[in-house]
This record gives sequence, C-alpha cells and structure tokens, in this order.
Amino acid sequence: MNTIENIVSIRNLTFLRQNRKIFDGISLNIQRGKVTAIMGPSGTGKTTLLKLIGGQLIPNQGEVIVNGHNVHELKRSDLYSLRKKMGMLFQSGALLTDLNVFDNVALPLREHTQLNESFIRSIVLMKLEAVGLRGARDLMPNELSGGMARRIALARAIALDPMMIMYDEPFAGQDPISLGTLVKLIKELNSVLNLTSIVVSHDVEETESIADYIYILSEGKIVGQGTPKEIRNDKSELVQQFLKGKADGPVHFHYPAKKIQNDLFGNK
Amino acid sequence: MIYFIQKIGNRTISFFSKFGRSAIFLIQMLIACVAVIFRPKLLLTQLYSVGVLSFMIITISGLFVGMVLALQGYYILSDFGADETLGLMVASSLVRELGPVVSALLFAGRAGSALTAEIGLMKATEQLSGMEMMAIDPIDRIIAPRFLAGFISMPLLAALFSSIGVIGGQLVGVVILGVDEGSYWSQMQSNLDFYDDIVNGIIKSIVFGFAISWIALFEGYDTLPTSEGVSRATTRTVVNSAFVILGLDFILTALMFGDI
Amino acid sequence: MQNTKTQDTLVGLFVVIGIAAICFMAFKISNLSSFSKQNVYTITARFENSGGLKIKSPVSIAGVRIGRVSKISVDKDSYESIVEMYINSQYKLPDDTTASIFTAGLLGEQYVSLEPGGSEEVINPNGVIDITQSAIVLEEMIGQFLFKDPVDN
Repeated sequence: MNTIENIVSIRNLTFLRQNRKIFDGISLNIQRGKVTAIMGPSGTGKTTLLKLIGGQLIPNQGEVIVNGHNVHELKRSDLYSLRKKMGMLFQSGALLTDLNVFDNVALPLREHTQLNESFIRSIVLMKLEAVGLRGARDLMPNELSGGMARRIALARAIALDPMMIMYDEPFAGQDPISLGTLVKLIKELNSVLNLTSIVVSHDVEETESIADYIYILSEGKIVGQGTPKEIRNDKSELVQQFLKGKADGPVHFHYPAKKIQNDLFGNK
Repeated sequence: MIYFIQKIGNRTISFFSKFGRSAIFLIQMLIACVAVIFRPKLLLTQLYSVGVLSFMIITISGLFVGMVLALQGYYILSDFGADETLGLMVASSLVRELGPVVSALLFAGRAGSALTAEIGLMKATEQLSGMEMMAIDPIDRIIAPRFLAGFISMPLLAALFSSIGVIGGQLVGVVILGVDEGSYWSQMQSNLDFYDDIVNGIIKSIVFGFAISWIALFEGYDTLPTSEGVSRATTRTVVNSAFVILGLDFILTALMFGDI
Repeated sequence: MQNTKTQDTLVGLFVVIGIAAICFMAFKISNLSSFSKQNVYTITARFENSGGLKIKSPVSIAGVRIGRVSKISVDKDSYESIVEMYINSQYKLPDDTTASIFTAGLLGEQYVSLEPGGSEEVINPNGVIDITQSAIVLEEMIGQFLFKDPVDN
C-alpha cells in the first residue's frame, strides 16, 4: 500500500442512492502535495465523492483510504481526529450564520485546542490575512458576498493547519474578479502550506489552470484522467464534449424520451 | 387494492424508521446534554432565544386567559351563589390544565417552529455538514444546548402563565366584578394542594417541554435540505407538537388526578 | 460585547421571574405555606361512620380551617373508621376535644369540626380524640324520619 505517495486512495467504490448508482466501482488516487481536480457534468455525484472521503456517507461497496486509514472502518473518535486534518470548503461556505467572521474562523480552534484567547486571536488574524479579509473580521456572514464567504470559509478550513483541503465547486457562480482571487488562493495555499488539494468543479478553464491531475467522472464511472495536457488530447468523445462544452455528443441534448412524433400525435 | 395495501405498508415502514431515527437522535442528544453543562455560555444564548423571546407572548396570553376565565366563571358561579369560589376555579383550571397546556401550545408555535426552521436552514445551507467536517459534532454544539434550553424554559414559562393568569382573574373578578378579595385568595389557597396540584402542573410542563424540544429539533435535523422541506418540517413541528401535547395531557391527567 | 451583557441580564431576569412565579404558585395559590409537612402534627379520631369525608377534607375549629384529613382507613376488628388528620402545629387542642363530621351547606362537602373542651391537658402529636360524633348520612336521616321506630321514641 503506497499511502505515503497517495494521501487518498479509493478502490472499487460503489455508492447507491435510492437504487440509482452514483458511483459504479470507481478507483482513483490522490497524490500528496498535488492539486487534483475531479470534474464532470452536474449531477455526477462529485460532492457525494467528497462526503464519502470525509466519512459523512457510507459506501455500498469498496473502500476509501485516507492517510493510511480506511475511513469507514474507523471508530467515531478516530474519524473525528482524522477530520481535523481534512479541511472542506463547501459551495455555500457553510459559515455559521449566528457567529461573526472572527468567531467562525476561531470556532475550530476553540473547539479543538486549549489555546488561550490571545493566541487564538493571532492565529485567526493570520488566517484571515492569508485570504485577504482581515478587515472583515467583525462582519456577519449575511453581510458577505458569495466570494468573500468562500474565502472566509477557506480561512476557517485552514485554521487547524490540515494536511488536505477539499474544495466543493469553489468557482461556481463567481464573478471574474473573485474567481481570479480564488484560483490564486488555492494555488498559493497549496504550495505555501504544503497542502494537498482536491478540487471538485465543472469549470474547465479555471480547473485546468491549477490542477496537477484531473479525473473526469460521468455516469458513475471515470471516463478520463491525466494531467491537464493529457486530458486536452484525450480521444474520448465524452471528454471532448465536456471540455469544449458542446450541446450534443455522447451526452445527448435531449433527456431520454420516446420519439416526439409519437408523443405529440400518437395515442397516450 | 394491492396498491392500497402497498401504500399502507410503505407508510408503516417510513413511520417506524422515522421513529427509530428520532429515538437514536434523542439518545445522542441526551448524552450530549451532559457536556453542555460545562459550557454554560452556549446554553445561555439559547435560553435567550428560546425562553426570553417567548416571554411576551406567554405573559400576555396568560393575562387574557385568566381574565376570560374569571369573566365566564363568574356568570356561572354567581347563578349558584358561589362566586366566592371564583379564585379556586380560575386557579385550579390554570394550574392543572390551561397553564401547562396553553403555554406549551404557544411555546410550540413560537419557539418550536423557530427551532425547526433554524436547524433546517442550517442543514440546507450545509452548516451542519460543515461542522461535521470540522470534526465538531453538531449535536453537541447546536442541538443539545437548544434542547436543554427548551427543557428548562417550558416549566418557567408555564408557571409564569398560571401566575399571571391568576392575577388577571383577580383583576376581573375582584376589581371589576366585585368578588371579595379575601375569599378569592383563601378559597384558592385552602383547596389547592402544593404537591397534588402545583407540582403535578409543573411536571406536566416539564414533560411538554421535553416533547416539544425533541420534536422541533428532530424535525429540523431530519428535514430535506430544501426550502420546501424546511417549511414542511416547520408545519409538522407545530402540528405534531399540538397532538402530542394534548395526548400526553390526557394521559398525565388520568395518571395524576384521575382514579383510572 | 455590550450585546451579550444585555442578553445575560435578560436571561437572568427571565429565570428569576420564572422561579418567582413558581414560588408565587407555591405560597400564594396553593397552601404550601400553611400545610407543609414541617409544621403539622397528626392526630387520630375514630368514627362510627365517616360518611363522605375524603383525604384533604378540611379540619376546622369554630369555622376556621386548622388542618386537613390525611388518611382514612377501617379498623379491622371494630369496623370503625379511623381518620388521621394533620393539624397546624400552632394550634394546641385540649384532650377532651370533640370531633364531629358536618356538611357544609345542604349539599356541600363534608369536613371535620373540632369542639375544644375545658381540660388543661393537650393532645400530643399522634394522639387520639376519644369523643366523636359520626357523619349524618342524609338517607339514614330521611329513613328515620319516615319510619320512626315507636319503641325508640
């Protein structure tokens, strides 16, 4: 088992949701210190994959190994201590709405460490500085823009100095400026803090610009993988359709249905 | 026909699975409550939003319920020349029944629905999930303090309701309708027993507080993370709480005051 | 931090008012103040018939309530009714006190009325009242009235 090399390795993972196969026996590895992107059309269960890695969902088959531990065989307390080493950035930021920015970032520190308040204050301010929002410490989450909320959530995710961060759709619905900021942040944090990043996204361009390795998922299977360059030259039609954003291809424009003639003029 | 039976089966299974989930949830919550005692700050915030914010509705309703009781009671009792027992009538109906039950119904509407909506929205906006990923158990940090706050607030609110109601009854009975003040209070005092009437009323309100907090938090925690799911869960909290309060009230009354 | 201080104060107020309401119910609405177990003593009286007397029925002297019935049982041998009463300890009763069961009004509830005698000795806690007069049972009275026994007269 090459756990030193691969911080996360997923083997033969199958996950069903109400009899629908979200994952059908996928296997993938995530290398330590790299930015790995997981891409695919909406609804392919990319977020579900992150929740499986975090141990929030239990797979029907297969195993998820994080840093040498099988996530779904860990005791609850061990799972929680493993989670302290994993940061996760949710699409909405998932900031606690009843706490201000400072307290949100301080929350994991206050919950998990015995540090005194002045020390926590310095750490929080440092983390906020890293995402460029030290000045926003007294704002409430509902006063933040979407991009700012994500950056605060990022500061919170790195508060405990985790070994890896999972980004759930970090680029979705962002204006070009905050998009640029996030891309820069993810890249910088990964190299400066020596993190491992898993980025789940369907934004082709931004993801390609930061990822070291890309997996493309579709219909519960991995349809393509490789470095951004390899992916670009992938021969699979599906991959090409996804990358170029064509309306029709292996994934059809039309949702499966019977012929329109029959539907309109035929009997019911 | 088969379809019908299938549907019954489906409902039964989903009912029991929900019941099972709520039982597990209750156990987790109770265990987590022990830890909350060491973190009074969390409890304090929740006592504010659960208890203090329900204060107004409870006192005002209590006052008016007491006033109406005195008014209605006076007309009936004075027909029998028994208007000096007005105090007894107002106080015993408040302390035994109306205090715990009406304040619980109001509490379910005011605080219970707010709890469900709050927890439901936290779930819908991934806040609960986010906490789990930060290795913070939302049951410890979010649910248990709220449960404890509901559990503590309810008997206090019910006591407040009954007390204010008795004063409201005195206002109408003594000040407006001219019942003798001495007999208003002495009839009450000599016929109501502390253990049998007051303590039983308080026990009722504690049970209701437990049930409402449990239902409200579970509905919030178990909701579908969509806006429709949250709104439905909020409605369910109020409806189910009302059923449970009235059902439990019957059982408790039969056990406490009846000879069944 | 002004905000949390107000919050603390309000929560404090809420709890204090709530507890005050419970105390209000205990002392003003119910009879905890006068009949807590601490300041009562028990006496017993035997009646031939205790009629409709119930637990918690009032016990009074000269119309003033001084206690309540705590237990009613039947003597296995003499088939008399044994009525135990809590008497507020501030009232001392002479040992020739008479106990009677009366009805408040024609259809009201029944209560124990105590009639103190002139003795110097007082009844001790757990003492017994010897002179009793049973409850008047309405049916018996009507019966006596209708079918008056000529011999007895």
